[in-house]
Amino acid sequence: MAIWLDSNSKILVQGMTGSEGTKHTRRMVASGASVVAGVTPGKEGQDVDGIPIYNDVAAAMAHTGANVSVVFVPPRFAKGAVEEAVDAGIPLAVVITEGIPVHDTAQFFQYAQNSGATRIIGPNCPGIISPGQSNAGIIPADITQPGRIGLVSKSGTLTYQMMYELRDIGFSTCVGIGGDPIIGTTHIDCLAAFQDDPDTDAIVMIGEIGGDAEERAAAFIAENVSKPVVGYVAGFTAPEGKTMGHAGAIVSGSAGTASAKAEALEAVGVKVGRTPSAAARLMREVMGG
Amino acid sequence: MDLYEYQAKELFVRHGVPTTDGDVCTTPAEAEAVASKVGGPVVVKAQVKTGGRGKAGGVKLADSPQDAREKADAILGMDIKGHTVHRVLVAEASDISEEYYVSFLLDRTNRSFLAMASIEGGVDIEEVAATKPEALAKIRVDALEGVTPALARDIADAAHFPEPIRADVADILVQLWRTLVDEDATLVEVNPLVQTPDGRVLALDGKVTLDENAAFRHPHHEAFIDIEGTDPIELRAGELNLNYVKLDGSVGIIGNGAGLVMSTLDVVSYAGEEFGGVEPANFLDIGGGASAEVMANGLDIVLNDPDVQAVFVNVFGGITACDAVANGIVNAMTMLEGKGEPVTKPIVCRIDGNNAEEGRRILNEAEHDLIELVETMDDAARRVAELAASRAAGK
Repeated sequence: MAIWLDSNSKILVQGMTGSEGTKHTRRMVASGASVVAGVTPGKEGQDVDGIPIYNDVAAAMAHTGANVSVVFVPPRFAKGAVEEAVDAGIPLAVVITEGIPVHDTAQFFQYAQNSGATRIIGPNCPGIISPGQSNAGIIPADITQPGRIGLVSKSGTLTYQMMYELRDIGFSTCVGIGGDPIIGTTHIDCLAAFQDDPDTDAIVMIGEIGGDAEERAAAFIAENVSKPVVGYVAGFTAPEGKTMGHAGAIVSGSAGTASAKAEALEAVGVKVGRTPSAAARLMREVMGG
Repeated sequence: MDLYEYQAKELFVRHGVPTTDGDVCTTPAEAEAVASKVGGPVVVKAQVKTGGRGKAGGVKLADSPQDAREKADAILGMDIKGHTVHRVLVAEASDISEEYYVSFLLDRTNRSFLAMASIEGGVDIEEVAATKPEALAKIRVDALEGVTPALARDIADAAHFPEPIRADVADILVQLWRTLVDEDATLVEVNPLVQTPDGRVLALDGKVTLDENAAFRHPHHEAFIDIEGTDPIELRAGELNLNYVKLDGSVGIIGNGAGLVMSTLDVVSYAGEEFGGVEPANFLDIGGGASAEVMANGLDIVLNDPDVQAVFVNVFGGITACDAVANGIVNAMTMLEGKGEPVTKPIVCRIDGNNAEEGRRILNEAEHDLIELVETMDDAARRVAELAASRAAGK
């Protein structure tokens, strides 16, 4: 097993005919994922490497049985694309697109909540991979292997770094939840799913400055997570008031600092590494003992 | 992007939020002219993106146009907490009977929006929230439903606004919500919202933060970009579409992915402790697909920063394989030399991930005197801190 994405997942790609969509479709297919359809309005009947394109998500689902959508649609059309996927009742929509206005995200997130049909991962995220089973997004598949660690992270490259450092032990599922102020799937959602996943033995959680998601995750861990959790938080030296790349990564006043997050996590028994490599070493100890 | 008060008020006016009459000025003569036009006593307010300008002497009353000119002369050029005053807002000085607080903001925790309102305005609202939480009404706003007149009325009720002005406050709340949505703002705040002795309700001060991701649908927001208040290197990086933030230290940082770059800043800062407190000089994320050209632009920006003594290129090859990254670094060096800007500062590289072996081979074979390859991120940080410290000492 794994969380949310496994060997039964059938992926459709919204925006498959765009350059990013095509490139990453090929990478997903090469990594063994089952990509069954593409969606680009007005391009029904075309194909990308033999994968059929449909005008809308509902048609693609009806013809192919797709149950995961990966969204590469440009920012100005992303809200419409996600709402269309929700209307079609897709269970999982992974929104890779970077630069979506936060009002649009707030609206399509609420839209998905109201429908109750769709889990959204992202936006502005690298996606989700269950190594050896499926890969929905842009996470490189060949830097790690299947195993029993679950990984949740706001950051793409730190996800890759951790997957690579622990590649000999391997991962059940890695989720890049994205660095925007509003995201569809949170650290807590992932922690809950990993806690319930019989194929996950331990969890790595990577956070960063801004917001209070890590503090809330700490409170959740105290009550609900019995599996060992190792943490890392990026941005200890970030100055106040400067946005560090991710729209959500900003320290305002005393809120959102990395130290406060690390302390909150340590207080509930999470082992927190000072650097990504230190966190990887801590996880190695957990899995070895 | 945070706006100045005068810019926030421009948006308020556009969306029907009542505010005081006035205009922004860059010279004392303009201040005099605006004061004559407004008529009566005016207030001259320093335009800075920081709090506490009143205490710093950046807000003054003037009872005549000549007085406004003098007050503007005194305030323009002032330094308020490191911010130079380039502009003043000259506005009608309204009599105030009561001061209130209202705002709408993005609520990350609840993944929607939040209305906040209090009849205890004109003061630091965070202090009200901490010491008298019952005095601050907080009401969730659904992103799809927005602020209806009925919800606006609920907010005004919850904050216990006086009955005679509740309807006016509710109208203003709807207009402020329209400002938030129509302008793609993540914050609109009015502190204080005032009641005048004749019963009018006005936004006396305003704060607006715009979502830069939405710039594509607001061409007029470009005029709000604060050129003189932005670091020149940040401006240049922005033109090259690079995600750059200037910091105070001496180690130039280039990496791919925001999280990894933040992490790199930390690791350099930790390592720098051993060398007398060496710190990062910048944040620069060249993104997931680091092409030779983007790498060259990044190196160009960082190497041209006079504060930089040594550079740390920290790349994890995920989507982009490391051989492409290594070629990018080598080509960047050649490109910079070709531009007549030969590189003179040491560059420590750590590349890992996809095709790392090949990438390292390319860098080794280039045999560039100033490029040094270090295997791990932690060791590379130590080495670059050491180089920056010794180069600074040698100067």
